[in-house]
Amino acid sequence: MPASAPPVVELDRVTFRWPGQSSDTVAIEELRIGRGEHLFVRGASGSGKTTLLNLLAGIHLPTTGNISLLGTDLAELSPSRRDRFRADHIGVIFQQFNLLPYLTMLENVTVSSAFARRTRQNTRELHENAQRLLTSLNLSDDLHASPVGELSVGQQQRVAVARALVAGPEILIADEPTSALDADNRDRFLDLLFRETESQNCTLVFVSHDPQLVSRFDHVIELAGRGDLV
Amino acid sequence: MTLLRLALKSARFRRTSLVLTVLSIAISVTLLLGVDVVRKEGKRSFLSTISQTDLIVGARSGPTNLLLYSVFHIGDATNNVSWGSYETIAARDDVAWTVPISLGDSHRGFRVMGTTPDYFEFYGYGNNKRLAFATGEAFDQVYDTVLGADVARDLGYEIGDEIIVSHGLVSTDFSSHDNKPFTVTGILDKTATPVDRTVLVSLAGIEAVHLDWQGGIREGLDLDADEALQFDLTPTSITAFMVGLDNKALTFRAQRDINEFENEPLSAILPGSTLAEFWRTISTVEQLLFVLSVFVLIAGLIGMLTTILSTLNERRREIAVLRAIGARPQSIVMLIVLETLFVVVMGCVVGVALLYGLLALAGPFAARRFGVDIGLPWLDATQGLIMVSVIAGATLLSLIPGFVAYRRSLQDGLSIKV
Repeated sequence: MPASAPPVVELDRVTFRWPGQSSDTVAIEELRIGRGEHLFVRGASGSGKTTLLNLLAGIHLPTTGNISLLGTDLAELSPSRRDRFRADHIGVIFQQFNLLPYLTMLENVTVSSAFARRTRQNTRELHENAQRLLTSLNLSDDLHASPVGELSVGQQQRVAVARALVAGPEILIADEPTSALDADNRDRFLDLLFRETESQNCTLVFVSHDPQLVSRFDHVIELAGRGDLV
Repeated sequence: MTLLRLALKSARFRRTSLVLTVLSIAISVTLLLGVDVVRKEGKRSFLSTISQTDLIVGARSGPTNLLLYSVFHIGDATNNVSWGSYETIAARDDVAWTVPISLGDSHRGFRVMGTTPDYFEFYGYGNNKRLAFATGEAFDQVYDTVLGADVARDLGYEIGDEIIVSHGLVSTDFSSHDNKPFTVTGILDKTATPVDRTVLVSLAGIEAVHLDWQGGIREGLDLDADEALQFDLTPTSITAFMVGLDNKALTFRAQRDINEFENEPLSAILPGSTLAEFWRTISTVEQLLFVLSVFVLIAGLIGMLTTILSTLNERRREIAVLRAIGARPQSIVMLIVLETLFVVVMGCVVGVALLYGLLALAGPFAARRFGVDIGLPWLDATQGLIMVSVIAGATLLSLIPGFVAYRRSLQDGLSIKV
């Protein structure tokens, strides 16, 4: 990492403990990830992965320590500013993709417009971005208005990627997105994810318990048991 | 996409459970509005059944009973009034007019009432309205008859048609006065009173058909229609009679005099006050019904609350996704409030539609069975208020699942616990 470039994700002596519990769920001494880098977070279930994701997305605040994203200390933002920050700078891909079944493909990608006060200009840009992104992901125009329930797994993956990237986020968080996929689909999905994050120069935080994927990433952290960095 | 559209699309996706919720709200709204409409319409129709009549006189009985059989044609008189007593009272100085009525026969489910042509002049209903003829004119001959609007409509009669009157209130071949048919000379306008369901004939006509009957059984005489006219057709008794006084201020004195009539035990009632008094007895029931329907509504709202709370579990995934793309917890609460609002407004709309459907269906039945005319009125301020409070109450209640969702979305964040 060149010393001049500011890290996109910066964790400094971060701990998180649920109220009433005797030990930390997450404890990370230090973590810095630069622009466009790919981080693999490895951990078994119950190791605090999800809590870490909620911390990175600004849903939870650390009990001690600081988390800065793009130079902004999340703890200094009000809750609604943090929600806004997340909408603008962070994309999330879930396990099983979690498209909203009652929306069309295009609506799934542009649904964030329901929560933000946007000008008509912004809305049109969002729609244009969404269409461009979907088309570049090989989802042809005639599919855009179709309900997502009718899509194949591969198509659903791509819609989920498009939804996460449509706002042009600097950080993409993927939570076990490959756990339900077979080996072929998994590799293809990773190729897609790498290609798209590279083209947007987007930092990827990829969480998985699957050690086979480790070799493809720049950085690896491992969460063990209580979530300490090993 | 707006938040509202997102809420509607999501609701449509879960329509099965929501449709049932809408229905349960609709039914309770129908019930609540229905009770209110029926009591108002019932009261309006009931209290406007008779006006301008100062006293109704019949054989001694309770005021309500006399009112019900003489005006509403519900139930039967315990006894008759002799013609002599009627003539004595009719001749009193303070009496302006009297109209005798004689009940007991029927025609295909409709009551037959013997009276005099004065009935058409003096019977008043509603806000001082009088009977009017849609076609034809009052009866003149012994075998003439005038039909109420519903009788003519339901049985398809026109001027000149002949009808057979049955003895008593049950129509059988055995008990019909089939040797003395009546000819329709007039059909009345609709009045929304029991008159609409009445067949009106002259007192002489009633006498004529009963000449060859004794105590409910046909005697051997078997007179035909023309032969009967040879007899004296002045009745020996009548069921009741209506009285109009010259000076309304003396009504109570006339009433007391009649109640103390020496020749025969009689009861005189003031129709207006008896109607009002009777309505007051009924209104206890009506208030009870209203309270019951409020409870039904509360049950409906709790059912809605249960449904929405239980959908929160299946919506965890959805809520996490929305949080991830930047939805604030307040927006999640808003989604749930909007959905509830949608459900309860739909419930009100369906409920009102159901109400009008039921009123249209049940109206004729209520008219026939109870003599109460229930129209299709526009919803009034009270009913509007009822619906506004239903909607406001439901919205307030939706803050409970809203709050649960709020707490959860803060706690769960992006993690999806299914």
